[in-house]
Amino acid sequence: MPCTMINARDLHKAFAKVEVLKGVFLQVTQGEVVAVIGPSGSGKSTLLRCLNHLETIDRGTIDIEGETLVATDETGVARYVKEADVRRICRKMGMVFQHFNLFSHLTVMQNIIEAPMIVKKMKKSEIMPRAEALLHKVGLWAKRDDYPSRLSGGQKQRVAIARALAMEPEIMLFDEPTSALDPELTGEVLRTIRALAEEHMTMVVVTHEMSFARDVANRVVFMDGGEIIEEGTPSTFFSSPKEDRTRAFLGI
Amino acid sequence: MESFLNMLGQIGAGSLVTIKLFMVTLLFALPLGLAMAFCRVSSYRVVNGIANTYIWVLRGTPLMLQILFVYYGLPMIFPKLGEPGILPGFTAAALAFSLNYAAYFAEIFRGGIQSISKGQYEGAKVLGLTYPQTMRRIILPQVVKRVLPPLTNEVITLVKDTALVYVVAINDLLRVATNIVSRDFIIVPFLVAAVFYLVMTSVLTFLLQRLEKRYAVYDD
Repeated sequence: MPCTMINARDLHKAFAKVEVLKGVFLQVTQGEVVAVIGPSGSGKSTLLRCLNHLETIDRGTIDIEGETLVATDETGVARYVKEADVRRICRKMGMVFQHFNLFSHLTVMQNIIEAPMIVKKMKKSEIMPRAEALLHKVGLWAKRDDYPSRLSGGQKQRVAIARALAMEPEIMLFDEPTSALDPELTGEVLRTIRALAEEHMTMVVVTHEMSFARDVANRVVFMDGGEIIEEGTPSTFFSSPKEDRTRAFLGI
Repeated sequence: MESFLNMLGQIGAGSLVTIKLFMVTLLFALPLGLAMAFCRVSSYRVVNGIANTYIWVLRGTPLMLQILFVYYGLPMIFPKLGEPGILPGFTAAALAFSLNYAAYFAEIFRGGIQSISKGQYEGAKVLGLTYPQTMRRIILPQVVKRVLPPLTNEVITLVKDTALVYVVAINDLLRVATNIVSRDFIIVPFLVAAVFYLVMTSVLTFLLQRLEKRYAVYDD
C-alpha cells in the first residue's frame, strides 16, 4: 500500500476578495505523477504554491506525508503548525518555478550546493559528489562554473531541477516549468522531468503541455474557476472527458 | 620653498582631520543606514514609521543646520553635554554626519533591497532557507552589486561635505587652507587644497570602481 504523500482537503484561498481556490481536494500517493492543467487564472499555480507554504490558505487542511502542515479549527480559521515545523515539513518538497529563480550571483555549482550547506549544514566535501552526479544527470557538468545569466532558458531550468534535487526532496512540485521557454527548449526540460518520473519520484506538475500530461502523468487534474472539475487517468481523461468545461478546454 | 613645504605640512595635517571624519562617518553611517533600510522595508507599521520619519527629517533639513544643532543645540537640551570636553567639535560633527549620511544610505540600500525580485526570496524559501539566511546569503550580496554606483556617488559627496565642519571650528583641510590664505594673502593654499580633495576622491573612485568590476562577473 503506497503511502499518501500529499493530502489536501477543502482548500480555500482568496486574494483581496477574489476567490482563487474554492474548496479543492488533492491527494497524491507515493510515486504518483499528477499533472494539473487548466486555463490561466484557474487557480492551479495557487494550489501548488499553497502546498508548500508560498501562499497561505484561508481554510482547509494540508497533510504532507501524514504530518499536518495546516488545519482548520471549529471557528473556520486555518492554523499552521510552528514556523520551524512548517519549514521542516516543506523541505520534503522541492519546487521548480516558471521563471527558474536561480540565484544570479552564484555559479551553477554554487546554486546547487548553497542550500545543502546552509540549511542542512553539510560540508562542501559531503555535498560535492551528489552535486556532481546531479549536474551530470541534467547534462550540465560543463556549465558548472558559469553564472545563470550565461545559460539558455532550458539550461537554467535543468539547473533549477538539480538544485531542488540536491536537497533530496521526496516530492517535486513543478509550476509551469516550460512556460517561459522557447518551444525548441521545452523538450530538454520535459525529458529531465520524465527521467524523474521513471525513478518514481512523486510529482505534481502544473503544465500547459498536453502531450507531456498524456505521456508522463499517472493522473490528470483539470481545474477551472478555482475548482477541480474533473480528474482521471490520462487515457480516459483525454479520450472521453465527462464534463463540458473539460471538453471545451480540450477543444473536443 | 621652505614656507611652501611648511604650508603643505599644515594642509596635510588638516586633510588628516578630514580623512578621520570621513572614515568615522562611514563606519557609523553604513551600518545605521542598512538597519534603517531594513526598517523601511519592514511590515511592522511602527518600525516603518520611525524609519520614515528619521529619513524625512534628516534628508529634508540642511546638513549644516544638523551640525549646528548637535553642537549648540544638544548641550542646551542636555546641559551635561555642555560641560567642556564632553561634546567637542569633532564628536559633534561626526555624530551629525553619521546621522545625516545614514539617511541617504538607507534610501540607497532600500532601493537595492526592493530591486531584488520576489523570485529570489521564493527560490530560497522553497530550499528551506530562513529569512535571515536568505538576506545574508542571497539578497544582500546581490544588493551590494546594485548599490555600488549610487553609493560611490554618495561617498564622494561625503569627502567634499566634510568641508562644512568649519562652522564648529575644526581645523580640517579647507579651514587650514583658508587660514593660510587670509594670513598670507596668497591663493596657492586653495589650489593645494583642491589637489588634496581631488587625490582623495580619485583614490576612492578607483577603489570603488575596482569593487564594481569584481561584481561584474555576473549579470542579473
